[in-house]
Amino acid sequence: MSAIAAPLPTVPRESFLTQGYTIGSWLGTRDHKRIAILYAISITLFFFLGGTAAAIIRLELMTPQGDVVSADTYNKLFTLHGVVMVWFFLIPSIPATLGNFLVPLMIGAKEVAFPKLNLLSWYIYVLGGIFTVAMLIAGGVDTGWTFYTPFSTMFSNTHVVLAAMGVFIVGFSSILTGLNFIVTIHRMRAPGMTWFRLPLFVWALYATSLILVLATPVLAMTLTLMVIERVLHVGIFDPALGGDPLLFQHLFWFYSHPAVYIMVLPAMGVVSELITCFARKRIFGYRFMCYAILGIAAFGFLVWGHHMFVSGQSVYAGMVFSMLSMMVAVPSAIKVFNWTATLYKGSIVFTAPMLYALGFVGLFTIGGMTGIYLATLAVDVHLTDTYFVIAHFHYIMVGGSVMAYLGGIHYWWPKVTGRRYSEAWGRVAALIIFFGFNLTFFPQYLLGYLGMPRRYHEYPPDLQVLNVLSSAGASILAVGYVLPLLYLGWSLFKGAPAGPNPWNARGLEWATDSPPPQENFREVPTVTQEPYAYDPEHPER
Amino acid sequence: MNATKGWILPAASDVAHRVDHLLFALFVVTGVTAIAIAIVIFVFCLRYRRSAQVDRSNAPANKRWLEYTWTLTPLAIFLAFFAWGAVVYAGFYGNAAGAMPVFVVGKQWMWRLEHANGRREIDQLHLPLGQKVRLVFATEDVIHSFYVPAFRIKQDAVPGRYTELTFTPTRLGTYDLHCSEYCGTDHARMGGQVVVMRPEDFARWLAGGGTRPTMAARGFETFRRLGCSGCHDSRGSVHAPDLNGIWHRVVHLQDGRTIVADEAYIRDSILLPKRDVVAGYEPIMPSFAGQVSEAEILDIIAYLKSTTPEPR
Amino acid sequence: MNARVVPVDVPWRRETASLGMWVFLATEVMFFGVLFLAYLHARIVDPQGFAAASRLTHEWLGTINTGVLLTSSLTMALAVRNGWAGHRRLVIRLLWATAVLGLAFIVIKGIEYGLEWRDGLVPVLNFTYSGAHRRAVETFFFLYFLMTGVHAIHLTIGVILVAWLAIRDRDPARPVRRRESAECIGLYWHFVDSIWIVLYPLIYLVDLYR
Repeated sequence: MSAIAAPLPTVPRESFLTQGYTIGSWLGTRDHKRIAILYAISITLFFFLGGTAAAIIRLELMTPQGDVVSADTYNKLFTLHGVVMVWFFLIPSIPATLGNFLVPLMIGAKEVAFPKLNLLSWYIYVLGGIFTVAMLIAGGVDTGWTFYTPFSTMFSNTHVVLAAMGVFIVGFSSILTGLNFIVTIHRMRAPGMTWFRLPLFVWALYATSLILVLATPVLAMTLTLMVIERVLHVGIFDPALGGDPLLFQHLFWFYSHPAVYIMVLPAMGVVSELITCFARKRIFGYRFMCYAILGIAAFGFLVWGHHMFVSGQSVYAGMVFSMLSMMVAVPSAIKVFNWTATLYKGSIVFTAPMLYALGFVGLFTIGGMTGIYLATLAVDVHLTDTYFVIAHFHYIMVGGSVMAYLGGIHYWWPKVTGRRYSEAWGRVAALIIFFGFNLTFFPQYLLGYLGMPRRYHEYPPDLQVLNVLSSAGASILAVGYVLPLLYLGWSLFKGAPAGPNPWNARGLEWATDSPPPQENFREVPTVTQEPYAYDPEHPER
Repeated sequence: MNATKGWILPAASDVAHRVDHLLFALFVVTGVTAIAIAIVIFVFCLRYRRSAQVDRSNAPANKRWLEYTWTLTPLAIFLAFFAWGAVVYAGFYGNAAGAMPVFVVGKQWMWRLEHANGRREIDQLHLPLGQKVRLVFATEDVIHSFYVPAFRIKQDAVPGRYTELTFTPTRLGTYDLHCSEYCGTDHARMGGQVVVMRPEDFARWLAGGGTRPTMAARGFETFRRLGCSGCHDSRGSVHAPDLNGIWHRVVHLQDGRTIVADEAYIRDSILLPKRDVVAGYEPIMPSFAGQVSEAEILDIIAYLKSTTPEPR
Repeated sequence: MNARVVPVDVPWRRETASLGMWVFLATEVMFFGVLFLAYLHARIVDPQGFAAASRLTHEWLGTINTGVLLTSSLTMALAVRNGWAGHRRLVIRLLWATAVLGLAFIVIKGIEYGLEWRDGLVPVLNFTYSGAHRRAVETFFFLYFLMTGVHAIHLTIGVILVAWLAIRDRDPARPVRRRESAECIGLYWHFVDSIWIVLYPLIYLVDLYR
């Protein structure tokens, strides 16, 4: 260690944040970093909207009777929760916020390939959001986020068309983001940044972008056909008019299954960044991790029928989808083993981001294992459409993706804002969230096994204990989610300056100021090292 | 009335036992694995925490034999569960020989169940212990799903087609029935009970309920009332296929295909008569869509089955 | 890691734009794919009905249109190729030929739609067919109008883009941008043509000579 103390870091006088202070400079920006912040603010608003719906749902479910809201209102609440959380929070969350900010930095580029398209994709997101809020104000929609026909096309008396339009529009935001990332990663890497020197976060976003561009158009067209049937009474999905309800389900799930990989792959990318930095160790099995990421994306397109085992599709189709679903689980298992092996002989500190990353590994493992239950045909017959499925996907999307998102926000907060947040509060919030999450969702596995169907606002009385535990957990989880707003917000004004590399991390994003200058790098870097060149025996280097 | 006793869900059918065995195996294997991973992570975090002075030299960046092992072993285990699950699953749908049929029609927001002898129930299903039963599902409006947790059975009722499920109740008692496919306002209230009785009690119950015509008898009435016999009677002047003994008959269609006349074929012939026209006949049969309900179609099918000499 | 100054950026612009267009076209394939799947599903359910419906289409107009669109792809390809060599006047003429052929396609399609209206084959708005396979024919024509309509919208956008290129090319002072935009728009044009090549047999050639 040097005998002379290094000077205290300061917030640089000029950065991308100082290039214009007007609203116009933000709303008309072409800077990927500013667009990332615009997205972050928008998705946070939608997160709390979807979260409020969840809070009312859990309040209703404290008692077996439907005594808080009417049946129709309850149906609208779970639909709102699903639509908002899936399309307006989870799908854009890591890609459009952390991805937009970090991908050019991590590959050593000045910008994304199509900056104006990037801004357009945010405006399209906002437009989709406006339609969704309009739908909410107009009275909501009660079809469930899955819009199954013929209920959605011929029987629902709610604002299905408005909701479908909101989702249709926001889909284009996803497509443009994915398109931008693919071209950026292919064409704009700095000299020396070969594919196998890319951070796993970039690999993860690349695979996610492939899914975004290939799967989302299918959703758009499916919703279009659904709206046409509803408005014009043409028979595509309604058997009374000569259509087939299962056609809708196949088309819908052909998008919606890959969509869940859109939600989890970026999270996995974040976790790889966090574990390597806070164990001071290179990732174990880098190549297998890359292949696993691509494998998840590719196989994810082949398994959609596992949502339809009891739908009336043929037994033969069920068997094919079950087998493929088992195969898609393997690359995820590989990643969990590799993260665990990365800890071996590391030098581990338990910062807030590391707590989130470790939490992800545990909760994703549980969620992923319960996916095996659901992929097993005979067992799925009992468990599908029950709270078991709800627990399964919340373990992955909330215990997984949301925790990884929060971990990433904390890890890169100093880079984006130039400020450090309170580590103590960060750890407290992470632990509250972990505890609250498990209390909320673990009982739901039991509820599902015991036969409580989903989308029920009333239930048999002897299931009340588990439901009360779950609702109690939800209130703790809510506290955990509000805390970061407070201490992160505080840090914007009172946080200590972070300096370019407060975590002493590897990766090109740490080789520039915090916050970065508008052009990202004063001089374009040349890459000569493998990624994650950490040394656990000398953690201070 | 609920059959759940605390944390235990009774296993009241033959498939339930098989599903529970599979579930238990899954629970053990995934539980052990999850706990093992958790322990390893915990141990690593403890042993290799920053302040610990331990040997961190020569940490491997990869170990190919290990990576291949932990790729192929989970794959093998998962595929084994797939195979087991597939075999049990196939048992839900095959082999309906000797099964007692019950016809289930779902509609917003109730279940109407009908036994072959005509006895009808709403939101309740009485079944005899130990007798294989074949449930045939239809719906008048949207997709519903017939779910009996204690039997571990579930099947969507899909508009425009029939779906079915076969199982044998193995335990006396009363069990919850739920609709488990979201179907609108009162989806959560669309449930009821399944009552499994001793065979003698069931026989008495089935015969009770006043004198009712059987499904087949009702179907014959409907068949005449709607004018079907006007064309399909073998003595009629209109050239239409004779339906006596139609059930499971091999039918040659106009476009060269050959099919076996089952429930779906009869239903389609009534609602979409121009679709599968029998070879040698003109497509002149009018559609009865809108004039006949799902329950009436099931009655007609029962009648047509009855014109076939046993056994089938 | 070392840092050295690298000059910004002109050489990679062509490849970025071109890759971007390929990715966009991949999304378009997925859009149209849903409609093709819906068509496939409906046709499997009632092949006789689809055959009957297909015989009601105007295959001569469809065939002429195919020829028109293929020719336009030729002129577009030649325009892009000659653009790289810098033959400005020839390129402009080829671009206008492409645009005009595209417009001709749209006009012929419009005539075809008019004939279908006259025949009472427009679902929802004017459907009077009462033959044997009414439902299948209605589904067929619904998909026909939807698929050819979406295709026509894409083609119209293409015509506008090609016309824009031709007008912009009047100014000889901007060679580099012209070439890469032309290449991208060329890709788009060929894609629209390819979609039509798939649509043509699905619409006009089902069991044509029964």
